[in-house]
Amino acid sequence: MYNVAIIGGGIVGNAIARELSRYELSVVLIEKEIEVSFGTSKANSGIIHSGIHDDPKTLKGKLCLQGNALWEELSKELKIPFNRVGEILVARSEDDLPVLKKMLDNAKAIGIPSEMVEGKRLHELEPNLSGKINTGVLAPTAGVIPPYEMTYALYENAMQNGVKYLLGSKVINIATDGKSFVITAGDKEIKADYVINTAGVYADEVAKFAGADNFRILPRKGEEYILDKRLDNINNHVIFPTPSPISKGVLIIKTIEGSTMIGPTADDIKDKEDTTTTEEGLKKILDFVRTMIPGIQKKDIIASFAGIRPVSNTNDFIIGGSKTAPCFINAAGIQSPGLTAAPAIALMVADLLKKSGIRLEKKRKFNKYDKPHRRFTLASNKDKELLIKLNKAYGNIVCRCETVTEAEVVAAIRNGAKTVDGIKFRTRAGMGRCQAGFCLHHVMKILSRELGIPEEKLTKRGGGSLIVKEKR
Amino acid sequence: MKKISTDIIIIGAGPGGMAAALKAGEAGVKKILLVDRLPEPGGILQQCIHNGFGLHKFKKDLTGPEYADTYIKKIKNSNIEVLLQTMAIEITKDNKVILANGSDGLIEVSSKAIVLAMGCRERTRQQVSIPGTRPSGIFTAGVAQRFVNIEGFMPGKEVVVVGSGDIGMIMARRMTLEGARVHAVTELLPYPGGLTRNIVQCLNDFNIPLHLNHNVIKIYGKDRVTGVKIAKINNKGEPTDETFEISCDTLLFSVGLIPENELSRMVPLEINPITGGPFIDDTYQTKRPGVFICGNAAFVNDLADYVSCEGEIAGEAAANYVNGSLNTVTKVSVVAGENIRFVAPNFITRTDHVTLYARVTQQMRDVTVSSSGGIINIKKQIIKPSEMIEMELDSEKLKKIKELKELVIDVRPNK
Repeated sequence: MYNVAIIGGGIVGNAIARELSRYELSVVLIEKEIEVSFGTSKANSGIIHSGIHDDPKTLKGKLCLQGNALWEELSKELKIPFNRVGEILVARSEDDLPVLKKMLDNAKAIGIPSEMVEGKRLHELEPNLSGKINTGVLAPTAGVIPPYEMTYALYENAMQNGVKYLLGSKVINIATDGKSFVITAGDKEIKADYVINTAGVYADEVAKFAGADNFRILPRKGEEYILDKRLDNINNHVIFPTPSPISKGVLIIKTIEGSTMIGPTADDIKDKEDTTTTEEGLKKILDFVRTMIPGIQKKDIIASFAGIRPVSNTNDFIIGGSKTAPCFINAAGIQSPGLTAAPAIALMVADLLKKSGIRLEKKRKFNKYDKPHRRFTLASNKDKELLIKLNKAYGNIVCRCETVTEAEVVAAIRNGAKTVDGIKFRTRAGMGRCQAGFCLHHVMKILSRELGIPEEKLTKRGGGSLIVKEKR
Repeated sequence: MKKISTDIIIIGAGPGGMAAALKAGEAGVKKILLVDRLPEPGGILQQCIHNGFGLHKFKKDLTGPEYADTYIKKIKNSNIEVLLQTMAIEITKDNKVILANGSDGLIEVSSKAIVLAMGCRERTRQQVSIPGTRPSGIFTAGVAQRFVNIEGFMPGKEVVVVGSGDIGMIMARRMTLEGARVHAVTELLPYPGGLTRNIVQCLNDFNIPLHLNHNVIKIYGKDRVTGVKIAKINNKGEPTDETFEISCDTLLFSVGLIPENELSRMVPLEINPITGGPFIDDTYQTKRPGVFICGNAAFVNDLADYVSCEGEIAGEAAANYVNGSLNTVTKVSVVAGENIRFVAPNFITRTDHVTLYARVTQQMRDVTVSSSGGIINIKKQIIKPSEMIEMELDSEKLKKIKELKELVIDVRPNK
């Protein structure tokens, strides 16, 4: 019997799990995929928004502002790089100017640092910007983080503090006697007093089991394309167009790695699993971003992916219990700015639990996160030497595009990676320009050795995604 | 950090790097350091267990490992120091090479000359932007080759090969021999991407259909590839509505090779956007004196044999550089003219003998390869982008070339 069961292991579920792990509670997180962060969070853009896009009267707007402030501390606690690169919203036509002006006024009114940047100053900030663009709004508090590393750090820290994880277990039923819940997940039954629903695009279906489904999730697909890191000076900020009433538009993102990512598209779809990239999507993105930075070329793309935003039918976050099932708390419809808001959502959910009667008693000892991912490539030569002296496996570079060492891959496995994608999202092995051409067999050998699984049984991301078919 | 000094450091012990090391040794250089990431020398040759190596260089038909072995044996009997399982992670602004391995940690190498021989990598599905899902079962042909020939695994059983590069065609045959069914090889262009001998020996002999003017336009499958949609391509290179689907569990991409030049960029060397390698003269010296590059890191070659030849030139030139006898003062630019995509090397300095390699932009029949001053004049029945044109320049021709400002190479149809 658990005090709390969380359904869904994305950034929001893990942020809540870690927040609750501060208290004397027994908590379990249930995830249908074989590893956490394999759903919508896997395709996150990594932007910590300033809050300039959202109305502070909405839950999205309010939690975005709170979240932006919370990230400062959280990134330090979890030893995750957080770079406030700033965002610039640019006017691509005369029509955009009044919209930008209004956004700036609103931002200033609610205290978001922001300013108009024009002409020469704008082009000094972004030298590759189209000569046709002369006005922008700069919001310097926006930043970027590595979204998967963040999710994994939250997961590891929550586990360190006693949260149990049940992975590869899809919730297929939730029963209640009015006092507690019995969750059927895969072939297991989990009992819990409280259930928190962070099931992303499936949140409405999970809510339905508990009769707390007074909302719908409308999946909205976004395709993104990553450019070779060699072109790392193409942009310096996260560049947005002036938003339209329905979308933030297509962005040019300076990622935490220094490389540039372009996208996303925003297409309402029916199939919650449709993460296909499309020719039209790519064309739309390229045409759009070239109106802002004309020098971006198709041939510089090294990777593409698509993710699905869980958009609620209210278009706002849905966070709270429902009248029909007060101990079942939804944290649903968490689309953009969900990553930014995640730490604030975690606090809000903890508060909701408290209000509904759970005693939140702080643990005497909360274990600080002590397993930061030491990236060999980012270390100074002196530290590289030290790392290799400490552990020879730092001298064995398995992924040469991203310079990832065997020691990092082993650490990822010891922290829970079971699949090739799990290694990729934790260490970046295979994310570079050769797309795992050189490192795949190294990574498979290490996975096989550490987990005691034959190589022919290893998968890309669980299920039927076997890497090779059979032994020769 | 451990610091060592040497006369020549060679980065990469594939066919280019090994040939360079041996030639530099023969030229009398005492201290030569050859480094490679892998546990044994030979580079990609070790996984190329098919034959066809050495025909040009040794007039022998060897497999990749046999070809590599002829060099490895000589290196073992030489004074060349070989450092394996060691990766060059950086070239500093003052051109010191930083190496990393598990036993030494980091090593800073000061060398009088550097020979870059990093080879190339394969273009991926992502770089050719094929839409669809991203399941497992998608490999570059070279990765599949490694799985089958070295690691001992079958990547899959029902195969479609995208692109008709040499490795793709060789893997179509290899997978067939291992019991897989290769349903198709698709090629976007109207002509194949690889050598004629591979079309005959790898596809025709095994009844594997080659679909020219066709491309995969969609990939299906959530966990593992389940199929592809293939479209006929029109003469503008765009997909048409004429499509068909093939069920498969594996896709192999053979859509081009890209020279590996991350280290070259640190030197720094300017990269020729056409070849993907740095600009070089006919001693394979880059624009930075004392830094040489050879093989597929310089430009993608058709044959390992050519790579070895270039390695020998680079190794000898590096030795001359170390001995102070390399003379590259007079330079004549070599320029790609009509119907030529690139010519390499980019500058002529030598007076004894030079081999130029050119790749054409399209397949043509009954043509003449010519140059400024009428110095080159070769008639060809057929030329293809997949087969480089070799042009030998002897001392007499080089003397004439020295009087030119630049040497423009053209390919024109015979009327």
